[in-house]
Amino acid sequence: MLVHYLPLIIMIAIGAIFGLTNIIMAEILGPKRSTRAKLSTYESGMEPVKSARERFTVKFYLVAMMFILFDIEVVFMYPWAVQFKSLGMYGFTAMILFMVLLFSGYLYVVKKGALKWD
Amino acid sequence: MGIDLFGSLPLVVIWLALGGVGIVIQAFVRDNTRLVFGYYISTLIATGVLAALTFGHTGLTFDGMVTMGGSGAFFDILFCVTGILTMLAARPYLQREDSEIDEFYTLLVSAVSGMMLMAHANNLVVLFVGVELMSISFYVMAGFFRKSIRSIEAALKYFLLGAFATGFLVYGMALVYGSTNALDYATITSVVRAGTTPFPMLLAAGVTLMAVGLCFKIAAFPFHQWAPDVYQGSPTVVSAFMSTAGKAAAFSAFIPAFTMLMPVGAGASYVMNMQLALAVIAAVTMLVGNISAVAQSNVKRMLAFSSVAHAGYLLMGIVSGTAAGHQAIVFYLTAYTFMQLGAFVIVSILERENDGHLEFSDYAGLSKTHPVLAFLMAMFMFSLAGIPPFAGFFGKYMLFIAAIDSGFTWLTIIAVVSSVISVYFYLGLVVKMYFSDPVGEGHATNPGTAALTLGVAAAFTVLLGVLPSVLQSMFTAFH
Repeated sequence: MLVHYLPLIIMIAIGAIFGLTNIIMAEILGPKRSTRAKLSTYESGMEPVKSARERFTVKFYLVAMMFILFDIEVVFMYPWAVQFKSLGMYGFTAMILFMVLLFSGYLYVVKKGALKWD
Repeated sequence: MGIDLFGSLPLVVIWLALGGVGIVIQAFVRDNTRLVFGYYISTLIATGVLAALTFGHTGLTFDGMVTMGGSGAFFDILFCVTGILTMLAARPYLQREDSEIDEFYTLLVSAVSGMMLMAHANNLVVLFVGVELMSISFYVMAGFFRKSIRSIEAALKYFLLGAFATGFLVYGMALVYGSTNALDYATITSVVRAGTTPFPMLLAAGVTLMAVGLCFKIAAFPFHQWAPDVYQGSPTVVSAFMSTAGKAAAFSAFIPAFTMLMPVGAGASYVMNMQLALAVIAAVTMLVGNISAVAQSNVKRMLAFSSVAHAGYLLMGIVSGTAAGHQAIVFYLTAYTFMQLGAFVIVSILERENDGHLEFSDYAGLSKTHPVLAFLMAMFMFSLAGIPPFAGFFGKYMLFIAAIDSGFTWLTIIAVVSSVISVYFYLGLVVKMYFSDPVGEGHATNPGTAALTLGVAAAFTVLLGVLPSVLQSMFTAFH
């Protein structure tokens, strides 16, 4: 039974060796000539304006949350669409119900003004 | 297999009424708490009635993932009744605190729907969804007084610790799945009973982790430390609901899950150890709950520790592992729900703004200023202490008998001792109410619809104590 996990272990080992080798080789072989621009926060050369540790308005989180909700909804639809024929009427009804429940939640969100920016 | 539509009706109706209709009503109606309140009360009544109708209609539905009728339907009725009683008590309380927002009722009904799913679960994933639905609603309800620091503290503590405990539960489920290759209860039971799993250690670890997750939800030692802070900080009606319906829901999931994981005469060797571990947890929970309650001066904290102690008594039924033990749990849960709810609702009626009037000393001479409330409180305290003729006595009696019959006499002795300790603080409150003089002037109280809650809770506390056979006769339909 455990032998079925062998490919997984080999995969993990290859991943670990590949990652570690790259880091160690870069550390040994890479030339180190640092300049001020290279050591700044953004290596692209953008000047940092101020500290990134500040409080963001809750609106960002609201939008992000809604996005995840409806994003996941679509993810659920792919397997359903692939298996559409074999699931038949039962799957169709279940999916419609799921969509209706989510849509009523969407109505609530819009009506409560959660998506208004100002 | 598909769906048995009639048997699934209680679940389907509460979901559609909540997610399909209730949310839309709230989207278009603004600040009409009366309408929303009435709508959700009727939703819970309809769900409860449907559960009662499907009581005898046992079997499986939703492709075998959900059970119908029997004990699940019984718990549905209990959750719906508790939900209705809490809503009746919550409306005047929230209006007094000037924070009645209609979403409170939505969250409450959503918690009830999660509890129903827990009671009906026949599949580990369904159990997980139910637990999360209930817990997330609770996290929000605990922080419902957004301007109170204590309420926010309660919500944050409950959320962080609760999420952590859910992690234990899920990881346990994953290990059980990994070692038995099944998610549905029947298959897992057959694998456990035959002892055919190639990974017995993983299975034992999974069962232990699931026990940790569930013990957190029932607030058993050593996973009980959240209970006093959360119950003290939350709005009092929310504490009432969490400590009664929430605990009942956790046990409604605990019973089938551990009947499945620790079947009688199982081949897996961990079963005996697990039973002993749960027995020790039960014993320590009772002692810690009751001894800590003695030291409290705040009534809400006292009730919180008493709810920890009651989780210990209830665990005795799980430890016994017999049908009699499980029936004793159901009986005691029903009795406990009414008496604990009643006690918390009285606290919520007497409470004043900014956590005022919550100390033991504030209850001095209550029999002179509020004779009816003092009388009911005394009755609930007697029942919680397990003094006949109230419901608490028969519940404890049945649990103790079940534990003795399965050979846990030492556990019963500890239970009796700790229940003697509990008499000290339960009756301490009664003595304060009846044999001290009131300090300062009594304030006017207006219980409103909460009076109905108290009436029903008191009626059941007496009825179940005088005629326990009313409930026992329903148990024949279980399993």
